[in-house]
Amino acid sequence: MAERTLRGKTAIAGIGETTYYKHGQSPDSEFKLALEAIVKACEDAGISPHDVDGFASYGNDRSDGPRLASALGIKELRFSNMFWGGGGGGVCGAVGNASAAVATGMADCVVAFRSLAQGQYARYGRSSAASAVGGDDAFLFPYGVMSPAQRFAMKVTRFMHETGIRQEALRAISLACYHHAQNNPNAVMRGRKLDEAKYDASRWIIEPFFHLYDCCQENDGAAAVVVVPAEQARDSRHKPTFLLACGQGCDHRSAAPVHNMPNYPSSHFRQIAPRLYDMAQLKPADMGIVQCYENFTGGVLMSLVEHDLVKAEAANEFLVKENLIAPTGKMPLNTSGGNLAECYMHGLELVIEAVRQIRGTAINQVKRNDAAIIIGGPMVTPVSSIILGSEATL
Amino acid sequence: MSSTYLPNGLPTPSSAPDGLAAPYWEGTRQGKLRIQKCSGCGAWQWGPEWICHRCHSFELSWHEINGKGRIYSYQRPHHPVHTALNGHGPYIVVLVELPDYGNIRMVGNLLGDSTQIVTIGAPVEAVFEPHDNADPPFTLVQWRVV
Repeated sequence: MAERTLRGKTAIAGIGETTYYKHGQSPDSEFKLALEAIVKACEDAGISPHDVDGFASYGNDRSDGPRLASALGIKELRFSNMFWGGGGGGVCGAVGNASAAVATGMADCVVAFRSLAQGQYARYGRSSAASAVGGDDAFLFPYGVMSPAQRFAMKVTRFMHETGIRQEALRAISLACYHHAQNNPNAVMRGRKLDEAKYDASRWIIEPFFHLYDCCQENDGAAAVVVVPAEQARDSRHKPTFLLACGQGCDHRSAAPVHNMPNYPSSHFRQIAPRLYDMAQLKPADMGIVQCYENFTGGVLMSLVEHDLVKAEAANEFLVKENLIAPTGKMPLNTSGGNLAECYMHGLELVIEAVRQIRGTAINQVKRNDAAIIIGGPMVTPVSSIILGSEATL
Repeated sequence: MSSTYLPNGLPTPSSAPDGLAAPYWEGTRQGKLRIQKCSGCGAWQWGPEWICHRCHSFELSWHEINGKGRIYSYQRPHHPVHTALNGHGPYIVVLVELPDYGNIRMVGNLLGDSTQIVTIGAPVEAVFEPHDNADPPFTLVQWRVV
């Protein structure tokens, strides 16, 4: 039986993103934003949108595949896929699912995308107006546990308690993201510099580890990537970016009700990460490019530890701003600004930035740009991560 | 002083649509804290579920337990995400583990001063908080430091 792997079989041939807006400020509808990102990604790949034959998304995206296919005049939709779960847990899973479809011949050209206009629909940071709640929410909402931050805060409290990692490590993550955004014309937080004093003085969203600047933005926008067979990408105008591995899912019983998952203080990558590196045939130290989804900085910290990019016992020492910024840092992180400072595009902006880094066209270009790890949606379940690489990694 | 820890107007608990959690909410109205126990293998399980994750028995019964726990984790939210909390100020949420029942965990508020220092590992006990004027009435389980 042939080896079962996605390694090197597909590539991201095109990337596209809209202008990113603060929530409520997009002049265009969410669906139009989706179309714009997809058309731009196709242009970048040098293909016609008519030749797309699949869509993969996540986070219950409202722009569904059949409607997109009809609007774009796609000849035949062969793959229409949604990754279960909320938030950005599925961002890398959607890219992985698109790759799986292409690698197995179910489709030839699949777009993984996310479109999100929180100003036009519900905001993630506000509770719904429901008067009665059932299921898990019945044991949380009446106690004032409603928003994503409130659902995850106690994981972070416990993690910091067990590891002894301090607030300054979280601050360094935030400072690095804001630092990178200052050079990025499409970053919503460009022009809004952040330093240690401003971070420390920022208001509490939740004590003891969620300052304002530990929390992502809420935005409007859309982003898309085009996944094609590896051979086709080699013939395209860009330096090809290959998918080396995808890991997705969740730890043992990580969705156990009312905060009863056995491994509680976790971003839920402990079982996924080793599988990811195995498929890529690479090690954590090989990752010159690290893009890690920030819903909250505590999730980034746990993700870095669970992907063995930082040892918990070394985190206080290693997680300082100088180590996390391009081009000089030892581990440049979220080099376009990420969810905190570029745009909360549910992490797809992180995938796009990794492609730019591998191509060598990023604004904050890193030196070691052959392999990239992208980590999606820590602390939700399920979660996902991918490793991308240049031809040199194959 | 209000008889409830958080202001009225927050979403109220319901055992709809499937009734799975109804024995819990009926119990709290009677001042009884109940969780599920597997009749097949004896495992305690929380929150409510249809099947035992260990032995796959569907025979899960509801048992009254003592309300003794210890703080496993906590948070002190400041930013109001619901209109009922506007202007209310910070409040404390605790995740309590119950050592006598397989370390299952429950979520509630920690009663008392909302600025108090919270210590992980501190022993706490359950307190019933009736919301008699709600429609329908319900009773929450809260926690206080012993």
